[in-house]
Order: sequence, then structure tokens, then C-alpha cells
Amino acid sequence: MKLKLATLALGAVMAAAPAMADLVFPSLSYRTGPYAPGGIPFADGYADYFTLINERDGGIGGEKIQMPECETAYNTEKGVECYESTKGLGSLVYQPLSTGITYQLIPKVTADGIPMLTSGLGRTSAKNGTVFPWVFNFPANYWDGASVAIKHILDEQGGDISGTKITLLYHNSAYGKEPIRTLEQLSEKHGFELSLIPVDSPGQEQKSQWLQIRRERPDYVIMWGWGVMNQVAIQEASNIRFPMDKFIGIWWSGSENDVVPVGDGAHGYKALTFHNMGDDYPLYDDLKTYVFDKGLAAGAGDQHGSAVYNRGLYGAMLVVEAAKVAQEIHGTSKITPEMMRDGLESLEITEETMTALGLPKFGPEFSVTCENHGGNGYAAIAQWDAKAGEWNLITDYVQSDQEIIQPLIEADSMAYAEESGIEPGCN
Amino acid sequence: MPDQLIFAIEVFLNGLMAGVLYALVALGFVLIYKASGIFNYAQGVLALFAALTLVGIMEGQVPFSHLINAVFGTEIHNFGFHVPALLAIALTMVVMVVLAWLVNTLIFRHLVNQEPIILFMATIGLAYFLEGFGDIMWGADIKKLDVGLPQGINGFIDQITLDALGYGFFIDNLDLVATAVAALLVTALVIFAQYTRQGRAMRAVADDHQAALSVGISLNFIWVMVWSLAGFVALVAGIMWGTKSGVQFSLSLIALKALPVLMLGGFTSIPGAIVGGLIIGVGEKMFEFLIGPLVGGATENWFAYVLALLFLVFRPQGLFGEKIIERV
Amino acid sequence: MFYREAGDFKTSYVDDGQTFPIRFDRYRYYAVLVVAFAVVPFVINDYWVNSIFLPFLIYAIAAIGLNILTGYCGQVSLGTGGFMAVGAYACYKFMTGVDIWIGGEQYALPPINIFFSVILAGIVTAFVGMLFGLPSLRIKGFYLAVATLAAQFFLVWLFNKWEWSFNYSASGQINAPERGVFGVAVTGPNTHAWAAYLFCLVFLTILAIMARNLTRGSMGRKWMAIRDMDIAAEIIGVNPLRAKLSAFAVSSFYIGIAGALFFAVYLGAAEVGEAFGISKSFLVLFMVIVGGLGSVFGSFAGAAFLVLLPVLLKNVLVSGLGWPTDLAAHLEIMIVGGLIVTFLILEPHGLAQLWRVIKEKLRLWPFPH
Repeated sequence: MKLKLATLALGAVMAAAPAMADLVFPSLSYRTGPYAPGGIPFADGYADYFTLINERDGGIGGEKIQMPECETAYNTEKGVECYESTKGLGSLVYQPLSTGITYQLIPKVTADGIPMLTSGLGRTSAKNGTVFPWVFNFPANYWDGASVAIKHILDEQGGDISGTKITLLYHNSAYGKEPIRTLEQLSEKHGFELSLIPVDSPGQEQKSQWLQIRRERPDYVIMWGWGVMNQVAIQEASNIRFPMDKFIGIWWSGSENDVVPVGDGAHGYKALTFHNMGDDYPLYDDLKTYVFDKGLAAGAGDQHGSAVYNRGLYGAMLVVEAAKVAQEIHGTSKITPEMMRDGLESLEITEETMTALGLPKFGPEFSVTCENHGGNGYAAIAQWDAKAGEWNLITDYVQSDQEIIQPLIEADSMAYAEESGIEPGCN
Repeated sequence: MPDQLIFAIEVFLNGLMAGVLYALVALGFVLIYKASGIFNYAQGVLALFAALTLVGIMEGQVPFSHLINAVFGTEIHNFGFHVPALLAIALTMVVMVVLAWLVNTLIFRHLVNQEPIILFMATIGLAYFLEGFGDIMWGADIKKLDVGLPQGINGFIDQITLDALGYGFFIDNLDLVATAVAALLVTALVIFAQYTRQGRAMRAVADDHQAALSVGISLNFIWVMVWSLAGFVALVAGIMWGTKSGVQFSLSLIALKALPVLMLGGFTSIPGAIVGGLIIGVGEKMFEFLIGPLVGGATENWFAYVLALLFLVFRPQGLFGEKIIERV
Repeated sequence: MFYREAGDFKTSYVDDGQTFPIRFDRYRYYAVLVVAFAVVPFVINDYWVNSIFLPFLIYAIAAIGLNILTGYCGQVSLGTGGFMAVGAYACYKFMTGVDIWIGGEQYALPPINIFFSVILAGIVTAFVGMLFGLPSLRIKGFYLAVATLAAQFFLVWLFNKWEWSFNYSASGQINAPERGVFGVAVTGPNTHAWAAYLFCLVFLTILAIMARNLTRGSMGRKWMAIRDMDIAAEIIGVNPLRAKLSAFAVSSFYIGIAGALFFAVYLGAAEVGEAFGISKSFLVLFMVIVGGLGSVFGSFAGAAFLVLLPVLLKNVLVSGLGWPTDLAAHLEIMIVGGLIVTFLILEPHGLAQLWRVIKEKLRLWPFPH
């Protein structure tokens, strides 16, 4: 009885939801909870780019963008609730910044026919577009990251790392376990010694792990961390005087949030990245004119130029470009999720496109096809300069070892296809 | 000496240090439980809130700035001044006392004589509330906390052990400071409880509410005082942990580290919290060192609980449990 | 006036002993059943099912389970999340076919129908629950609550490490493949909203009726005797070992089923640390206490309250008032916390007690004498 009444009241509220807009790009953000420090800048960047397109260009092809925001707190249940509450608005593409929510949504978006873009996160084998037609993960994925990190080590060691000791320090979750298989394969190929050290979530206390690292004296430490684990790990590494330039984090362990609390001790720490850092781009001038100065900046407006803010900008840029391609292919400005998928599948990002957008040399060049939803696997290494307080790219975009990764992706995606009864193929 | 033994000694010492940090959190629980029978789940959030407030005051942040900006369309973030660490700690303490008074007046005065589980749930409600309140007041992003505590390997210990054993021991300076602070804190608490008027009143309340009431002790005053003390302990714990990891939401999860300590040491015993903390710290670090590699590591989270559980099954009165304690 | 007991005579023991002896209650109960089974499935869509009904139904099962242990038998448990994980992983293994390796040879059971997988998952969880219930014979109160956290953390760690439990998948995630009953899919992405809803509803209905009758029978009386005073119970001949362990077993059976449904029907994919973490344990305990200890209705009310309230608040604050999502989320958690405290102050015995008070009032209303 009570329930019925409550649901009636709820129904009345639901009816007041916003009307259908022209182009809907929902943002499943998390500005609260344990991972808020990572979620806030991404959500801000994502929102600011759309605001810029609306303010400067009047939308995409004349169609205004609407971005309903929904708070997930990095919680899978709330993520599902957010997805269900926004999918009816005509959402074109989802970018959940969470591997857990991604796994949850993969079957749902496939059934509902809404594309999902998970740049640098989510299920790596979604790169195989024949099995995952609605999921995209360009320009780079976790396995690319692992391989590029090893390539960087190869470069530093003059091409021979047999006998080099490399330790993977990882968040003990689905996300953290992602690179293990790739690293194992690479260790067979290059002959380095791999040792694995898990850190249980949340990772506030890592004394045992770092004592172990100190005893084993690995030449390099690679980290797959997230949340408080990053700051503690970098702090502990600095405490045991581990050489910071031998400590390489994945892109989710490479934001200002992770290194700033450690202060000077973090100087020289390296992180992988698939986009550039800083705010020294023509696009930022436009953002200043059309967004920041007009007081339209999302959130507190204090994240501009930070690594994850730029990742938000980059993510929004990719879907806006894909929407443009979709409009071109189908000759209409009012695109549907299916058309959006075609746009994403025909996306090609070149240096010219990025320069034209005011983001020269911002990310790697890549192209997407039906078979390849993951781009070409280019990533770079950034290094933290504690004195200047900024990240610097110290390598070019390097391609991952496709020889190793491609068969792994093939195997994992085929296993999924068999388990879920999917007939792989392009339509 | 064989390498393995040297390593074990290093792990053991670090376990002791970690144990001190756990004990620091557990102390806050014990204080409140002893005086009012409340199992205060909000202790972790209290530490987060204290640390957030400390950083906010030090940086001259405007409280509720995000809310104010959203409601009035303003753009304020900062007062533009910095407060020195000691003064900021004192100011934070004032905030914690006010909070203690509010908590007592608004919540626990109305829950006198309720069952323990109800009181426990009320503290969880309080934890939720404070979690949201702290974020609204100071923002949810990560903050650097620097009150001038040293951090990093202690060079002196490293050097003498290197000379003596051929392997330099790693002892974190911050842990040494934490140990000293914890020792000071416990001494101060014991002196306070034994030799001051309020301290004796506090112990009287812990023994028997009604008897204390009948000799003219104000229960309300004692409860506010105890919550303030717990707030102070939370502030100290928040500084120690926040210096290491930055001040952020995860700080509130340190409460989970203190629970096995409480099981082992008993909810009512201050020495129990200290010794329990040391046992848990050493136990989980040694287990991770000896058995961890065999089962794939990351055992610390559950091992502390299993250790405490096994201990209780064989010795239900705990380490320093009172005889009549209802645990069998 | 509207709630009357007068004139409701019983002429047989069977009549007198039925679940709802008062006619009004009985009709209300039938009406709710009819609405739930025959009306709701036709009017709901994906949003309603996935955001409100499925979590409500599943948490209601978990809350009933925990209520049996905590409310009826007096053993506080914080291991609910871990036991739900056991249910989820057991269900996953049963629905994909359990494989056993003996001497390098793989023997595999064929995949079992999802309905029976869920029930088997409950049975497996019951055994695990009994195992972790053993310390309750020595430890009581908060010490036991903290001790059950050992189960919580150990089980989560185990399912993170034990590759067999997630079929050796690269990331340790488990995905529910498409399975159905009578040819209608109830798990997997192509499930219709009404099918998932009905599937969970059937479980909830059966389990709730079972719980109601168990707690009214001799077993329930033994549990309550242990809860009220264990020494006295022992003297009148209640075996504490059997009473406590049976409470753990039954409670875990319910929680295991809730975990299985939570993973297979509701989420579709799960990662143990995130889906079955310690916050789950607290959430379910919350439901039980807010709803009312020792009341099946209370479990429903508590689950409804804690599932609906955040969704409602979010919709009011974000969609209705247009607040920024982060402020809304912070306010939401403050309001939930504040409401819980308020509830405990005003009515420590939960929503169920509130309902009983309302019934008392309705009995006389509108004539006060």
C-alpha cells in the first residue's frame, strides 16, 4: 500500500523530466564517493566541450547538444539506474568512466542499440567490432598500455630486457587484472621476469607491498591503480626512494591528483597516456572566450588543463567528430543512435582534423573500421615535473605490440561470443 | 643472519608501526563505547571530517562555497589567507567540540536507554550525514595535507642496520612520529582519566550511569566531553593518514582497519586497543610476508578479521576483557 | 471503522492459525498479490523494472533473510555482502555448468535451468553461512557482528582470487548468459522487463510465505527464545547449537538467493569487490532496522524505503529542481542519514511498528471511543 502511494508520487516527478532534445549525449559522471577525484575533472571536461560546441558553433550541424548528467558515484547499481533513466531521451552514445559499469552496460547497449565509447577503459576485447558491434574503445586500451610500457622499458634498456625484473602493482579487481595476460605473454617474448603484487581495494595501507618491492629490487614497477591507491603507492615509492623514472603508471594512475599530494617526491614519475596534457592549445582560447568567461564552466571550474580534464575534452571531441561523420553519411543533422554507430565506425582522426579543431598533436592518429573498434593502439609516456607542476610527454605515440595483443583480443572476444551466443560478423 | 630472517624482522617492525596507526583509530571507538555504550561507526567519517576541516581552514577555503555558488550564482572559493598549522588544528578542535555538542544534543540525548543496535544504527546514519555534509562543506576533490610532519625513510636507522646487518631497514619517519604521538596521547588520556575531576567523572559514568547520575555528575556534559575527545583522536588519526594519502573520501574507510583491533582488545579497554593494534599490525604483515606469496597476496584485509575471530573463539573475554563481559 | 476485527469469528483451529487471521488484512494481502502479479507486469517498462522493482524485490529477499538471523534470532551479521557473493558465484557456476578437474580430466555438469540454479545457489550459501555461523556459539553482540566481517572480507577476496569460480575469465568478471524458464528469457540482455520482474516476484512471494510460516512455527519460537535470553532458552530445552545454526542456514539461504538474482537477473554482470562489498552488508542491515527487527512486513518496508528514497530524492533534486548532480548526491546522502536518525529517535522499532500504530489508530478512527 505504502509502496503504491510512493510510486504514484514518483511517477508524477518522472513525468516532469526534460523533453526530448536534438542531440543527447548523456554524461554518467561521478562527482561523489571514493573515486570522485578522478570523476570530477572528466565530467567537467566532457561538459565544457559540449558547451563550447553549442556556444561557438551552435551545436553539431545546427543541432544543439543536450547533456543530461547523472551521478553514479562509481556504483554499478546507480549506473544501471542512470542508463535506464537516460536511454529514453534518445541518447546517442554513452561514455561511462567506469570499467564495472561498462561490463554491466555492454549487453544492455547491444540489446537496445545504443553505442558506447570506453576510451582507455572497459572491456579490452571490445576492440573486435564483429563481436561487439555497439562498443568502441579507441584510441587505446589496457593491453596497448601494458605493451607500450614494456616498449618504453625496451627503449631505455637498449632493446634487451632479458633478465630485467619488472613488477606489476595492481588494484585487486577486474580493472587491475586486465594487463596480466598481456604482460605474461610479453615476458615470454622478451624474457623479462614479471612479478605480480596485488593491492586490495581501497589501498590505504601498502606497507607490505612496498617492503616486498624494496626486498626484491625490481628494475621497473608498472602500476594499475585507481583512487587512493595511486597517491599511497607514489608516496610509498618516494618513501623507499624507489627511482621515480622507473615507476610507470597506467593513464588512470597519471593525473595531477595522484602526484600533487606527494609533492617533490613524485618528481620524475611516469604515466601512460593517449592524449596530450596541459592547456597550451588554441582550443583553450576558444574555451576561455565562449565558456569560462561567460561563467558557463562546469563544476568548480578549477580543473582546466589537468590530465583527466583533458581526457574529458578528448572524449567529447571524439563523439562530436563521430556525430559529424554520421551526419555526413546519412545526410541528415538529426541522427539516431544507429546512425551514430555508423559515424563512430567510420571515424578517422588525423593530425589535420586535430589541428583544425585547435588541438594540434593532442592525440594519436587512428581510424576505426567494422573489424577494429579500438583504433591502432598508440600511446605515449608522460613524465611529471614536480617543480613546474606539469606533465610532459617524453615519447611520441608508440604503437603497441600488435603481434601479441591481436591474438589475445581474438581469443577473449571469441570466448565471449560463444558464451553469449553471438554470431561474429559485419553487417 | 640469513636474509629471510632479516626481512622478517623488518616486516615485524613495520607491522608494529602500522599497528600503532590502527590503534589510534581504535582509541576513538573505545572512548565513546566505554562512556556511553555506543559503538560509534562514524569514527572513520569523523576522522575524514576533521581532516577536511583542517585542510579547509589551513587553505582559507570558503565553507559551502559550491552550494553558495550554485544557489546565488556567485564565484567564491577562497578567503585568500593561509592559517598556520597549529592555529588551524586548534580551530578544527573548536569545530569538533561544536560537532560533539550537536551530536549529543540532537541525536543521542533522545536515544538514551535504547538497545545497543539502535544506537549503532544511529551512528551509521550520522556517518552518512557527515559524509555528505563534509563534501558539501569542503568539496569532494582530493586535498594535500601538510602540517609539517616528516615523511620518508629514516636515514639513521637505514644506516646503522646497513652497517650492522648488511641490509638497511626501512622505517618511515611518519610512522615514528605517529608512534610518539600515540604514546603521548595515551599517556595524556590515562593521566586525564586518573587524576582530573572530569576524568574521574568519565570513569564513573563508564562504570554505572545511574550511580554517576545520583552523585551529581552531569551525563550530558560527560557525553559531550567524550565525543569531543573522540573528535580529537579522530583529528590526530586523520592527520596521520591524510598526510600519507591526501585527504579524500577513502580516509573514512580506516574505520574498517580498527574493527578487528577492537575485537581483539575489547571495546572497553584502552590498553587493549593499543596491544590489539600491535598484534593486528604485526599479524597481518607477517601473514602477508610468509603466507601471502603462496595464496596470491592481498590477504591483509581479511586476515586481520580472521586472526581476531580465531583469538576470540579460543579466548572469548579478549585480551584484557573484564570477567563479567557478555561475550560467551 | 476501516480496520475492523469485530465480528471476525473463527470456528476451527485451521482458521485461527492462518497467516492473516483478520479478514481485512487477508483481503489487503490478496489485493496486493493480484496487483503485483496481474496488473504491474502489464504497465511497467525497463526503467521501472531496472531502477525500482528489481532492486526492491531482491533487497526484500535479502532483508527477510537477514531479519530471520538478526530480528528473530538476535545474531547481528555484517556478512550479508559476502553471502550474496556466494549465491551469485554459485548461481553462475550452476547456470554455466559446473566443471571439476580430477586427475587432469575435466568432468562437467550440463548447465542447469536458471530456476534451479538459483535454488541450488541458495543451498550452497546456506552451508557457507552455517560454517561462518559457528563462531556465534562462542561470541555475541557486536563482537559477533565484527566477526562476521571476517566472512565478508574473506569471501570477497576468495572470489577475486579463485579462478575456477569465474570460469578463468581474464578480468574476473562474471557475465550472466541468456537463460530462461518455459522458453522465456529471464537473464541476459534480451530479457523483457516483465519476465525479469515476475521471475523475482515468484521467488519473493514463495520465500516471504515460507519466512512468515517458519517464524510462526516451532523453529521461529526457538529462535526468538534464543534472542530474548539464551540461557533461559537452553534451560527450557532449546538446543542453542541447532537453533543458531539453523537461523544462519535459513538466513543464508535467503541471502544466497538474493545474491543469485541480484547478479543473474538484475545486474547481468558482476565483479565481486564492487557488487558485493561491505556497503551491501550495511545497506541490508539498514533495511532490516529501518523496516523493523523481527517483522517480515518490516523487511519489505525497509527495502522499499531505502531503494525508493534515493531514486525519489535524485529525481526531485536533479530533474525537478535542476540542481547540479554532485550537490544533489551529497544532499541525498545527508537526507538519507538524517532520516534514519530521525526514524530511530521517533520510532526505534522501525516502519513495521509505525504500521502497527497506524492500524491501532485506524481501528478506532474516526470515533475515538
